[in-house]
Amino acid sequence: MDLTSFLIQTMNGVQYGFLLFLVASGLTLVFGIMGIINLAHGAFYMFGAYLVFWLTNVSGNLFLGILLGLPVMLVIGFVIERFAISFLYNRDHLYQVLLTYGLILILNELQKILWGSDFYSVPIPDILKGSFPLTENQDYPVYRLFISFVCALVALGMYGLISRTKLGMMIRAGASDREMAQTLGIDIGRVFAIVFSFGAALAAFAGMIDAPVSSVYPGMGDQILIVSFVVVVIGGIGSIKGAFIGAMLIGLADTFGKVLMPDLASMAVYGTMALILMWRPQGLFGRA
Amino acid sequence: MSKSNTTRRRFLTGAAATVGAAAATSFIPTRFAIAAKAPVRVGILLPYSGTYAMLGNSITDAMKLRIAQAGGVMGGRAVEYIAIDSEMSVPKAAQNANKLISKENVDFLVGPVHSGIAAVMAKIVGQRKTPIMIVPNAGSNDVTGGLCAPNIFRTSFSNWQAAYPGGTLMAKEGHKTCATISWKYGAGIQMMAAGRESFAKAGGKSVKDILLPFPNVEFQAHLSEIAELKPDAVFAFFSGGGATKFLKDYAAAGLKDKIPLYGPGFLTEGVEKAAGAAAEGIKTTLHYASNLDNPANKAFRAAYKTSTGNDANVFSVQGYDAGSLMLQAMAAVNGDTGATADIIASMEGSVFLDSPRGVWRMSKAHNPIQDIYVRQVAGGEQKLLGVAAPALEDPATGCKAG
Repeated sequence: MDLTSFLIQTMNGVQYGFLLFLVASGLTLVFGIMGIINLAHGAFYMFGAYLVFWLTNVSGNLFLGILLGLPVMLVIGFVIERFAISFLYNRDHLYQVLLTYGLILILNELQKILWGSDFYSVPIPDILKGSFPLTENQDYPVYRLFISFVCALVALGMYGLISRTKLGMMIRAGASDREMAQTLGIDIGRVFAIVFSFGAALAAFAGMIDAPVSSVYPGMGDQILIVSFVVVVIGGIGSIKGAFIGAMLIGLADTFGKVLMPDLASMAVYGTMALILMWRPQGLFGRA
Repeated sequence: MSKSNTTRRRFLTGAAATVGAAAATSFIPTRFAIAAKAPVRVGILLPYSGTYAMLGNSITDAMKLRIAQAGGVMGGRAVEYIAIDSEMSVPKAAQNANKLISKENVDFLVGPVHSGIAAVMAKIVGQRKTPIMIVPNAGSNDVTGGLCAPNIFRTSFSNWQAAYPGGTLMAKEGHKTCATISWKYGAGIQMMAAGRESFAKAGGKSVKDILLPFPNVEFQAHLSEIAELKPDAVFAFFSGGGATKFLKDYAAAGLKDKIPLYGPGFLTEGVEKAAGAAAEGIKTTLHYASNLDNPANKAFRAAYKTSTGNDANVFSVQGYDAGSLMLQAMAAVNGDTGATADIIASMEGSVFLDSPRGVWRMSKAHNPIQDIYVRQVAGGEQKLLGVAAPALEDPATGCKAG
């Protein structure tokens, strides 16, 4: 592998990593802070993609579609937290797994009722349509760069939110000691509702922004959910920083695994996870 | 109204012809009246959720349409459908199949879409005398090869059949080298092998064979590899959402105009609209093209559109013919589902004169002997360019029945 193709593959890996981060960050927030194993995270991703397909058609523009779609997902997330998840905070993980698995079925069925089981595509906005030549043979689409750029912005924004704002402080307090935070007058119920709907919106946002490249189809969130769990576990449950590093590692492992050892490509991701967990069972940035 | 009458009349002529053909090959004794005219039980194991839901729905809708066109009866008996969502899950396949066979006691078992599930089902069904299994999609060569059995039939294609003419086509259009790319699972492996086989036979050479873990849709790394290798052409198979994404990624990487894409027809089937410009101009080979110019195809497409609101695709054709296969056999035995041997004899001899895909007949290994067409995506639709391989029969490697 010469330097050019090494650089191109690195770029491919980083780009995939950014997208994984977007999905995994919402998962790690909900998982780490609320202690909820949200299997429906991938379904939120898919639902976001379908929403943006529909709203882009209605509004005629992807950005408008995303702007209209995000509040919808925030509300859906909020309602689900209030009327379902909030009853299970003191229960065993098994109940949460059952409930969120049920949510997958409901969201899948809803998607089928609303949009059918066809594949759809979402047009890339005109200003992002072009591509630039990478090598003599390969072009790189501008939209893919745009995705990476937006994901980087989201990563920065989340870092700021968690470490610099009052809400972030309350979230961190609630995560490390729920009862103590409550004693200090923080309305944990409200914080959790915000975190959950925020997490749902993040997953949906990832689906929305990925929709023009990946197109929209039933079950599109299943695979990304599994990889996202790997990212969350590698990074350390609840750590945004960990999710970022984990996503980059997995993005690169997947890309180079495919190129360098194609026969073992499917093992690259899980092999990386196994190695990291042998070294740090709590994940890279997890608390022991 | 007049439309449905035409189709029914056409069906009756078709049915009469095939019943005639069946009667000629096997003597059919007069049956005792079936004691209870209980409905014929048709078990269906197809995906109704996830990435392949569209396939499951297309097959089911078309099969039911076919039987509804025949008055909703087979051999004089009503039809009861018992459908299970396969969820495309191979681990659940045995349980689902056994449920339909033992608990629901189905007379016919229609399914599946997935080749892995087909292998599991064929192993179970092949060891029994009943039910009669009809595969309306899964193309695994083994189903009518190593796993073939008297009571297993297929109305779709074998992976070999769909891909073999593609390699020939690629060579015929002047390409000397190619790269192949697909998923690492039964269908992908078999189709790529068949494409390479015919490409090599015509003097071509594959310089790189890429198999991604199923159902991974991150193609970017491999597209960069292909760009670096610069083969004359790329032979690819993906389907459903994965195919849409592959076509779009391939075009977005600027490869589409530099390295032409070929493949078995599933690469562009049912995804023309979603893939849009990324699919335009791609040539594939398949046993069906939507604009086939025969009256049966036109009537079928119109009826399918009316009853489902969707445009018919190759999967619906396969489902439709699964319906035809059952209707013909049940007519031949007057609805006596107990007469398994006669049903099998009738199915083995069946010739489909009024199939939307054109005339085809059942091979000794129970796989269609059919024309494989060259199609090209133009204006978001499959345009028929010609016949790539007339009356192509799968070699049925490993089938002792053949």
